[in-house]
Amino acid sequence: MSVALHGVRMPLAHFTLEIDAVLDGPVTAIFGASGAGKTSLLELIAGLRRPSVGAVRIDGVELTDVAGDVWVPPEWRAIGYVPQEGALFPHLSVRKNLLYGHDSIRSRPAGLNFEHVTDVLEITALTDRAIGTLSGGEKQRVALGRALLAAPRLLLLDEPLAGLDAPLRERLIPYLARVRDEFAIPMIYVTHSPDEVVALCDAVLVLTSGRVTARGRPADLFTTATRPRYELREL
Amino acid sequence: MSAEAWQITWFTVAIAAASTLAILPIGVALAWLLARRDWPGKSIVETLVALPLVIPPVATGLILLKFLGRRGLLGGWIERTFGWEIVFTWRGVVVATAVMSFPLLVRTARVAFEGVSPRLEHVARTLGAGPWRVFATITLPLAARGLIAGAVLAFARALGEFGATIMVAGFIPGKTATLALSIYNLVQLGRDSEALALLGVSLVIAFGAVWLSESFLRRRTP
Repeated sequence: MSVALHGVRMPLAHFTLEIDAVLDGPVTAIFGASGAGKTSLLELIAGLRRPSVGAVRIDGVELTDVAGDVWVPPEWRAIGYVPQEGALFPHLSVRKNLLYGHDSIRSRPAGLNFEHVTDVLEITALTDRAIGTLSGGEKQRVALGRALLAAPRLLLLDEPLAGLDAPLRERLIPYLARVRDEFAIPMIYVTHSPDEVVALCDAVLVLTSGRVTARGRPADLFTTATRPRYELREL
Repeated sequence: MSAEAWQITWFTVAIAAASTLAILPIGVALAWLLARRDWPGKSIVETLVALPLVIPPVATGLILLKFLGRRGLLGGWIERTFGWEIVFTWRGVVVATAVMSFPLLVRTARVAFEGVSPRLEHVARTLGAGPWRVFATITLPLAARGLIAGAVLAFARALGEFGATIMVAGFIPGKTATLALSIYNLVQLGRDSEALALLGVSLVIAFGAVWLSESFLRRRTP
């Protein structure tokens, strides 16, 4: 799986996102400070925003091409998206949230069934609850399950652990690792936490004010000199 | 209450319900367009929609009268095409109350749509739902309380409409006489006790409608 962004330009509030890169994970981290354009980049890949110029391809198939007037709407892209804080549907139960995309998919890959996904994420006991009664960590797992059950070919995760306290983040990292290993769906993982990059990702793309300022393997880009915290090496 | 008073009450409620139902689809659609889309002329449409709130109802009525009269731009065409007379009939009452309550519906519905996070709609799209399914399963249910409150508010406004109605439909007993028009007429004739009875009826209906509208807004999910 490779996601190619060719000469993409998209004006944002304070700068223009300018990307020319191939993301070929399996798990690619988009790393950068808040306001660097990370979320906009995900929305671009998901088809929720249009660039002013450029093209987006997945495995050579064009999803967006401004010059060629190609536009595949988000509902046809089969790209899962978990925004910050999950964005669960507050008027639906956990079960209905989980099944929202699952009920309409045409092919169901083996293992991507309701029982298995809820089991891996340990949310089986939550399925009849109302969204308002879930804790932050539970919401994130349900949002992840909902995206998985729609059988995406690529999963976009926008700071899935942001806004949670440190012990909870520690507890949730293994779930994300299990999803990565169990379902083998390529992921693009947006974060500003070096620890998450090192724990979960195969490749990193560093984004600064809308431009790629570094890319490589986590071990090459992050130093462990200041253990236990990882920091970006001087570039 | 006299048979005449019952007839007036029933007529007023029916007119208010008809005008609310008539503006509901277009009002909700317009509110959604104002809340969710940018388009050329948006600010002009916004202003036009708000106008009936700020110009005198009698002036609005005069504009409608000129438009919808037999020699009016729209009225002549409607009469030739459908054979409907608008001015000085119950249809005129419906049009006048509809125009006067339209801004209240659109404003309340717009706020309701703006209260639905676009992120939820985005996520629904990535889960395979097309724009119509997203609207029906996410946007509409989450905005429902505000939409109902807006409809009830429009209904309440229609119940009490006076200025535009008297211009477009006049006061014709048994034909265009609403509660508001009848109260004014009875006072003019010095039949104050009958006017007070109709005032009581108006108060009860209006109180009920506004209370209902407020309670829908109060129960909005956090």
